[in-house]
Amino acid sequence: MAAEAAKVSRKEFVSDQDVRWCPGCGDYSILANVQRVMPDLGVPRENVVFVSGIGCSSRFPYYMNTYGFHTIHGRAPAFATGIKACRPELSVWIVTGDGDGLSIGGNHLLHTIRRNVDTQILLFNNKIYGLTKGQYSPTSNLGIRTKSTPQGSIDHPIDPIGFALGCGATFVARTIDVDAKHMQEVLTRAHEHKGTAFVEILQNCPVFNDGVWDELQDRKTRADASLVLEQGQPLVFGSPGSLRGIVLENGIPSVIELGDDEDPASRGVMVHDERAPSASYAGVLATLQRPDFPLPVGVFRAVEKPTYEAMLQAQVDRAIAERGRGDLQALLNSGDTWQI
Amino acid sequence: MTANQTQKTKPSELVESVAIRFAGDSGDGMQLTGTKFTDETALAGNDLSTFPDFPAEIRAPAGTLAGVSGFQIHFSSHDIHTPADRPDVLIAFNPAALRANVEDVRPGGMVIINIDAFNQKSLVRAGYQDDPLPELRERFKLVEIPFTTLNREALQGLGLSAREVDRCKNFFALGLLCWLYGRPMAATERWLGSKFKGDVLEGNLRTLRAGHAFGETTELFPASFVVPSAKIESGTYRNITGNQALAWGIVAAGVQMERDVFLGAYPITPASDVLHEVARFRHFGVKTFQAEDEIAAASSTIGAAFAGQLAVTVSSGPGFVLKQEALGLAVMVELPLVAINVQRAGPSTGSPTKTEQGDLLAVLFGRHSMSSLPILAASTPGDCFHTVLEAFRIAVRYMTPVIVLSDGYLANSAEPWKIPDVASLERAPVRFAEPMADGEFKPYARDPETLARPWAIPGTPGLEHRIGGLTKQDITGNVSYAAPNHGRMNELRKQKIEGIADALPPVEVDGPDSGRLLVVGWGGTKGSITAAVEAAREEGLEVSQIHLRHLNPFPSNLGEVLRRFEKVLLPELSDGHLALLLRARYLVDVQSYSKVEGQPFKVAELVDAIRKLHAA
Repeated sequence: MAAEAAKVSRKEFVSDQDVRWCPGCGDYSILANVQRVMPDLGVPRENVVFVSGIGCSSRFPYYMNTYGFHTIHGRAPAFATGIKACRPELSVWIVTGDGDGLSIGGNHLLHTIRRNVDTQILLFNNKIYGLTKGQYSPTSNLGIRTKSTPQGSIDHPIDPIGFALGCGATFVARTIDVDAKHMQEVLTRAHEHKGTAFVEILQNCPVFNDGVWDELQDRKTRADASLVLEQGQPLVFGSPGSLRGIVLENGIPSVIELGDDEDPASRGVMVHDERAPSASYAGVLATLQRPDFPLPVGVFRAVEKPTYEAMLQAQVDRAIAERGRGDLQALLNSGDTWQI
Repeated sequence: MTANQTQKTKPSELVESVAIRFAGDSGDGMQLTGTKFTDETALAGNDLSTFPDFPAEIRAPAGTLAGVSGFQIHFSSHDIHTPADRPDVLIAFNPAALRANVEDVRPGGMVIINIDAFNQKSLVRAGYQDDPLPELRERFKLVEIPFTTLNREALQGLGLSAREVDRCKNFFALGLLCWLYGRPMAATERWLGSKFKGDVLEGNLRTLRAGHAFGETTELFPASFVVPSAKIESGTYRNITGNQALAWGIVAAGVQMERDVFLGAYPITPASDVLHEVARFRHFGVKTFQAEDEIAAASSTIGAAFAGQLAVTVSSGPGFVLKQEALGLAVMVELPLVAINVQRAGPSTGSPTKTEQGDLLAVLFGRHSMSSLPILAASTPGDCFHTVLEAFRIAVRYMTPVIVLSDGYLANSAEPWKIPDVASLERAPVRFAEPMADGEFKPYARDPETLARPWAIPGTPGLEHRIGGLTKQDITGNVSYAAPNHGRMNELRKQKIEGIADALPPVEVDGPDSGRLLVVGWGGTKGSITAAVEAAREEGLEVSQIHLRHLNPFPSNLGEVLRRFEKVLLPELSDGHLALLLRARYLVDVQSYSKVEGQPFKVAELVDAIRKLHAA
């Protein structure tokens, strides 16, 4: 069986449907990377379910040759909760976007994360509404001019990572559409995590918000614009000759310059710990935003908590163990009855 | 010490039926007192019907009209259908309860008041300018009993606080009423024993028995009453409320269809009790999920159906409309689930604890575009059980969401219910699509008889497929925007729902098959309408009656039945939703009799409506 599973190829996860995203859309690379990691996760194809809401990202399930459910706007996490609650053995993936997940569906995202339902939530963040043709989204930058904000957006944006941490997420990560290797590592980690794994994927919309992640996508600027999180490693970014580190004083992060041969620890640079029991450290990381700081990518937080579906199943199992499987006739006859 | 059954020393009078209303502050325990009296009445073998009527506020300011909670029970030595239009006896625990209820009491009826609660201040708080008692003595048999004092005397010497002592006084009244109508008290004593212990148990038992003994010794009551047991079909009976029956029907569906149940719900009056009750049955394999909102409740339920569970969601009007978009998806993806709407008075928040039948058109047409689905309505508390079971069978057989309508009156009313023999209930084990080794799975290939698509659940090798809200190609289920295909899929879904009528039992007419007047009803008004029809027949009027459970599709012979009568009367607790549908569908001149006051029909007003139309 194991040998057979190993032979499963990426192609088997590709459905026969034509992909209909715009040319150059970041969704193509995300789809390719998800299809690439699937064979290595060791889950039989029939046990994989992709659930989505509405929006460009939410077309995703149609292109996966697994079970898939394209639902209604913003509600995918609630559908997924019903699926996972009933069938804990299934591998359930939620695909959403910044509008679907954080605007109309913000409530469901919050509660699914809070309950720690064992699902993978992939939030494609392109900071714009695509399928409705270019309105600003809850992650759009303040002042952005779109069809619905001709004078500029006056909404303060929300940061998906900070949101997930605030909901009590047990696994939070960020990756980027163009970095295949990094994304595959993050997706694999997300799948391995027991509980809600929240992954923000920075994704470019070439039609309505082109270039919004340019400095993170461009190899020339990426080293300075991003901070790659690695467990046990100091928070150092930049290139030799211009290395910098993140230090924390009185709870406030700042950037210091480092010499190439300097030991970051001796300068007080923070060491990454995704397993920190308190979420406050990850919360500080989430505040690191462009342009004052590099944008962290990688796993912010990975801790264990009981999952919703496991606790629910345990209640059922315990009730049956203690009381025996329910007897309908006995139930109907329970309490006060009388004969006529 | 065992309860000493005192020798009956007072005479007893035979009465056929009695209606009693308990009324007091929301915190006075009126619902509990009424429920316990109901249990004892059932055990005494009477037919009965109850009507709890309470405010939405948990504890409105004490002594005000806003805080009055009432519980009416009608019991009889013959078959009865309603909690009675007017109580024969009112027990009022304070002036507000008296003022809110006394005008409902039958002229010459008995009004028992807690005279301890009557003073200048409480009379003013209830809105009385003058002492109402002298005038009431003229019109009613007014019995003034110092319940508070008698209860305190009975509980002297117990280690209870003054507040705890006073909280027991409803059981003094219960003991008295049990004496007055010859009810046993053993079930109440058992219940107290299971609920309380120590001094609280002792206090409640003592005051209950003291109330009973007071009846026997006081000169206020020269005689007690005997209501002989009713002659009803033999069998084992229990009391059941509509919400309890819905919950048990949900649990029963899991057993009869051999598949575990998932209930997703969000708390809302008057439907929450269904969630509470089902949550007790984890040992039946039932999973309940209290969702973050109504939309998530519906969505998680559809997710559960996709995963292969017997899925159900329950709500009431304002919550139910929030589920409509999700239900539209369930229509589109053709997944089986049951959505229950325990209707309440609206629009908007309306009167959460009051009843109405105002959601029929909303559940039929409230989703956008063409999204027909089956609708069933329960007609009595016990019928809620069988209606839910049938709804699940239809859902799975035809792969469709099914709506069940109950209402606030059925939800909380109790009636004696003949306990079904489980072996006699239909078994309908769920069958999923089988795994496929090769070949292409067709998620929208249909069963030629039912037009249902296969239920192919995750975990089944070879059946991997994608569904969603976008228009689907016939057979393959792939996304398709082709115009003829869109029309065809709409037509197929419509035909599928209409085809359910072929399997429904034909409408059966109670009374003559044709003639002068047919009274049509649906849902929770069955008791009132049946009682009114019986009363009209006693007056010599020729009246026939039908009561519909299936509101979409209608039974195949409905139009033909309607056309056999000269006049058709349709009482509804709405502004005539079903009347509108029947007129449109069958071109029959249906006369709507509508009432939208948050209260059930009174029998008298329906008899009046029958008389008028009969004579017209």
